[in-house]
Amino acid sequence: MATGRRYRGGLVDLRTGLISREIFVNEEIYAEELERVFTRAWLFVGHESQIPKPGDYFVSSMGEESAILCRDREERVHVFLNSCRHRGMKVCRYDEGNTPVFTCPYHGWSYAADGKLVGVPFFREAYHGKLDRSQLGLVEVAQLATYKGSVWATWDPNAPGFLEYLGEFRRYLDLTLDGWDGRDGGTEVLGGVQKWLIPCNWKFPAENFSGDSYHNISHRSVDMVGIGPSGSGRRDTRERLVARRLQICFPERGHQTGVYVLPKDQPTPPAYQQSPVVSEYFKHCEEERRRRRGEWGRVTGSPGEVFPNTALHPRQPRTFAVWHPRGPHQTEVWRWYLVDSDSPPEVKDFLRQYYIRYSGPAGLTEQDDMENWNYAHAASRGTIARRYPYTYEQGMGFEVENYEWDGLRLPGSVMDITEAKSSEHNLRNLYRRWAEFMDAESWNELATWRALAR
Amino acid sequence: MTDHSDDVAHLLLQQKIESFLYREAELLDERRYEEWLALLAEDVRYWMPMRRNVKFGELEREFTREGQDVNWFDEGKETLTRRVQQILTGVHWAEEPLSRICHMVSNVQILDVKPSASAPSEVTVKSRFLIYRNRVETETDILVGKREDVLHRIDGHWKLRRRKIVLDQNVLQVKNLTFFF
Ligand code: FES
Ligand SMILES: [Fe+2]
Repeated sequence: MATGRRYRGGLVDLRTGLISREIFVNEEIYAEELERVFTRAWLFVGHESQIPKPGDYFVSSMGEESAILCRDREERVHVFLNSCRHRGMKVCRYDEGNTPVFTCPYHGWSYAADGKLVGVPFFREAYHGKLDRSQLGLVEVAQLATYKGSVWATWDPNAPGFLEYLGEFRRYLDLTLDGWDGRDGGTEVLGGVQKWLIPCNWKFPAENFSGDSYHNISHRSVDMVGIGPSGSGRRDTRERLVARRLQICFPERGHQTGVYVLPKDQPTPPAYQQSPVVSEYFKHCEEERRRRRGEWGRVTGSPGEVFPNTALHPRQPRTFAVWHPRGPHQTEVWRWYLVDSDSPPEVKDFLRQYYIRYSGPAGLTEQDDMENWNYAHAASRGTIARRYPYTYEQGMGFEVENYEWDGLRLPGSVMDITEAKSSEHNLRNLYRRWAEFMDAESWNELATWRALAR
Repeated sequence: MTDHSDDVAHLLLQQKIESFLYREAELLDERRYEEWLALLAEDVRYWMPMRRNVKFGELEREFTREGQDVNWFDEGKETLTRRVQQILTGVHWAEEPLSRICHMVSNVQILDVKPSASAPSEVTVKSRFLIYRNRVETETDILVGKREDVLHRIDGHWKLRRRKIVLDQNVLQVKNLTFFF
């Protein structure tokens, strides 16, 4: 597995801000990252609201592989590798549904929703009753966590628990998972998960959502045309005029996000003005959130990324996206859209329509991103092209620890880009962590915060 | 002597509806987007569901629902107009340079006419499409599926009032949907 390549200080050199194109286009590196990143990190698999009842399942994906998210008879949530223990057949080829057992189409082994092998044709005759069925259940992930409705899993038994994996980033993940009024959880996913293929390495979208604040210019066409929920631009942006704009990352964890912080006593500027009902709903929620969360209620999120391949978009539109690797040159995107569970039907419908015109393959905004990732990737594959690393030098050395502004301390390593407009702070963080995963032999080396705590 | 007037009315209607669909495809392929928009009724619904793999017997869950779920498209004229305007900005990078697109329309079947074929004011018509897109150098996509349209006769002209687009794919095999079906 180890190819002898050095990532930290080698292909990913953060002292100079240079990152080799090889990590995006090289097939050996790709095979290595499937092993080193995707079998060890925590991956997003779905949302509990997709499997409310016993027997409900949703077929998800982890890395390149198919995985079944389901709820057993005791209402426990599981994630299994979608491959029969006998000869590997996919035991479930539906996208979602409800079933008491998963019956393999090939030779008919069947598995209960808790993964146990419960049926083997000709068990007594052909196996003479000697097969140890207790050892041949569906392969289950090493660890699973549900957090405010979202479901995460890892294949690595030595990975830290999910909350430890998140660290203080949890507070920023909450911006996507809590109700807009600040209630814990309080979100559900809309029916229908968008799945589509894009021709680029998965790290292109991952770095874009980590905080590519520089590519705004690429969305000029949609800004000109105006699809935003107040009738112009592509999002509501009035808070930008008064808020601090920050990029925040966690160097030891690899997670990062953008946020806006409003000044103390500054009410949130009006939004969603195309619909009085929706506008009124959010106004109400903003006030409630301030009441519930106090000063923290001044923080709203912009795109972020839980390492390695789960993108968050807490606000407009509110989504999770997972960048599933499908070879070095292809990514399968899965996008879930979230709304407040208790919001009125009119609000859900307004948001749903806005989400679709913004994101996904038909999204007026996301279309231009995919074109850029597509051709950036393609033009980086050449023998000559690979000799020239990408540069990630924006804002190097300008980050601040223990950042505090107007009475609010924000956890993480912070880059204030209110005046600077942009930095590549969060992008560097993604690759810093990625390089650590590629170099490290095990989680003993990766859980660096434990060493510090000792 | 048999009276063929009803058959003739149906033939003429078939001919007119086919002409409408072919002309629409022509406008799209020739990038005459604003003229294409003029063929759409003001209250047009343009819906393209996503399709799930579901168990036999549960096929009612195959399609995502209009007006409720996330779909590939679920919109009206306003958003369609924005899409056209975006292409016409000249900086919509996903369509700049413009793609080369060809719509093949076939299997045109009139499913319903109201009130009658001789004085039609509303027609439900199903057709098949094959859309070929080629862009930049070698990038090529082929999308195949069905459409179910409702056309209305408004002020002596046929207008598209409703289009359901059924693409025969599960995971979408193209990176974007910058074009019209
Ligand atoms: S592969 Fe599943 S029973 Fe043989
Ligand atoms: Fe973007």
